[in-house]
Amino acid sequence: MISDLIRHDQITRKWTVVLLLSILVCSIPTQIHSQIQRFPKPEFESGHVVPTPTTPHPRQDIYEYIDVAVLIIALSTASYLALKKRSRNGIFMLSLFSLLYFGSWRKGCVCAIGSIQNISLALFDRTYVIPITVIAFFTIPLLFTLFFGRTFCAAVCPLGAIQDVVILKPVKVAAWLQKVLGFIPHIYLGLAVLLAAYGADFIICRYDPFVGLFRFDASFLMLLFGAVLLIGGIFVARPYCRFLCPYGLILNWISRLSKHHVTITPTDCIQCRLCEDSCPFGAILPPTPEKAPEARSVEHKRLAILLALLPVLIIGGACLGSLLHTPLSQIHNTVQLAERVRLEELGKIQDTVIESETFQQSGKPVEQLYGEAALIKNRFIKGSTYLGGFIGLVFGTTLIGLSIRRKRRDYTPDRGTCLSCGRCFAYCPVGKKESKEDEK
Amino acid sequence: MKKENDKKIDRRQFFRSGTRTAVIVGLGGLTAHAANQATAKDTVWQIDPNLCVQCEQCAENCVLSPSAVKCVHIYDMCGYCDLCSGYFEPNTDELNTGAENQLCPTSAITRTFIEDPYFKYDIDEEKCIGCGKCVKGCGAFGNGSLQLQVRHDRCVNCNQCAIAIACPADAFRRVPADHPYLLRGYDI
Repeated sequence: MISDLIRHDQITRKWTVVLLLSILVCSIPTQIHSQIQRFPKPEFESGHVVPTPTTPHPRQDIYEYIDVAVLIIALSTASYLALKKRSRNGIFMLSLFSLLYFGSWRKGCVCAIGSIQNISLALFDRTYVIPITVIAFFTIPLLFTLFFGRTFCAAVCPLGAIQDVVILKPVKVAAWLQKVLGFIPHIYLGLAVLLAAYGADFIICRYDPFVGLFRFDASFLMLLFGAVLLIGGIFVARPYCRFLCPYGLILNWISRLSKHHVTITPTDCIQCRLCEDSCPFGAILPPTPEKAPEARSVEHKRLAILLALLPVLIIGGACLGSLLHTPLSQIHNTVQLAERVRLEELGKIQDTVIESETFQQSGKPVEQLYGEAALIKNRFIKGSTYLGGFIGLVFGTTLIGLSIRRKRRDYTPDRGTCLSCGRCFAYCPVGKKESKEDEK
Repeated sequence: MKKENDKKIDRRQFFRSGTRTAVIVGLGGLTAHAANQATAKDTVWQIDPNLCVQCEQCAENCVLSPSAVKCVHIYDMCGYCDLCSGYFEPNTDELNTGAENQLCPTSAITRTFIEDPYFKYDIDEEKCIGCGKCVKGCGAFGNGSLQLQVRHDRCVNCNQCAIAIACPADAFRRVPADHPYLLRGYDI
């Protein structure tokens, strides 16, 4: 009897579940329907045909692959023109082409500089889907630089090209100032990787000074930044490339290892000093003096001190960096929102902003938001420590690099900072004399 | 002396080529790692109308001016109402096309009489700035046939969409380029 009752109870419960489920299933579409279709679709007597909305399609995939092909062809041509043909005019024409193709036609997106952020986001966020063409834009210029030097900067990068055409009255930047300003790209690269990896922002794209000029459309600040760099670029050659560009920095590192590199003279340097002031980027290294300025033992001692100082600088930088995690994490939208909502919940702020209103409407529990924000903040503690350590490392290695003396007999391009633009070719008398004699 | 010099150059070259090989291997590893989650197909930005709250950020944050985000009218869902809550300001006395009655700040919606009592509403994309005022109106009291979408004949497909960063509702996401529109209640 009791078991019968239990059975009966079970059957009713089962039917209740089925009934509830069917109600749920039926109610889902009607609920959406009632939300959207408050007024019935009219039945027209006049024979009016209901139009369909237009959906213009984006560029087809094939064009993305054409971009990659153009990139490879342009890099090959640039390397050929710089290393084999030694033609400044050719490089200049190619850079104009790149300015028109990658700049005006492709509207400056996606570019190798910005692709750093996609790569870092892809490495840290396993759910991020990265287009294969973006990986190509990141990798291919690096590979070319590894074999031929920074020919990408010389003639393929549209940001370089737009600055290259305005170098009218280049002034020499003092070597020490150049070194000091050269720190900015390290900080910029570190910040860009950190902020992109944690999904906060793509700062390289946000503060791209020239993309607005490529599109003839941008915010006032973006255009102002671009104009300042271009006007400044009349005197200080390629300011973005030398003192800001984070991709240029990676190319700088890699170019030091390049298998081939442009040379100032086609054959042997005769130390005529004609090329000494020809480089607007200060990338020509003069011969070192015959006599050592200091005793070897002094140099060795200094090097030993600097090497011992390196870990101290790294740890010090890491400590300083970790202190910066709060302002850095506040760039992330979720952290910003969580702090705003917390202040609103505590009643410290009476009014609301659109972000907090939207959050309240979404019905997401506050605790979940706080949890997400705390997680991001934790990641930033780690990230900003690494960033600080990286800056310390850069500082230390720069000091070490300055204290190592290498013997140089000839005028040679600095493999790191040389952009392979070929301006110095015309100043070298070596090749010309021979060719003139040949003509005679 | 000369021999020593040669040796020195060799050592530097050896170091350089060794590091070069290491960089190639590292770069290959990095690329392969990134390629694990790569797609051969391009992706584009789009708004999910289910998340969109019509906060007007689309009109202000796009790198293009006016914004590449426009209102799309899905006629199939439209009730062709005379009193269109997407077209008229609330509490409008007269239902005529006077500018003071229109919700749209740029008069980008044209109202055409079809037959009694139905009116057709068209979006003039040249005028539309993507503020979403009409979308809000239509969603609140109408059928929700007006929806904000990224128009791909205008969008330059920025690496990081500036509106997506500013969007308070996280309604922007990348979608496959062969299905570039996300319309609510309507399939293309």
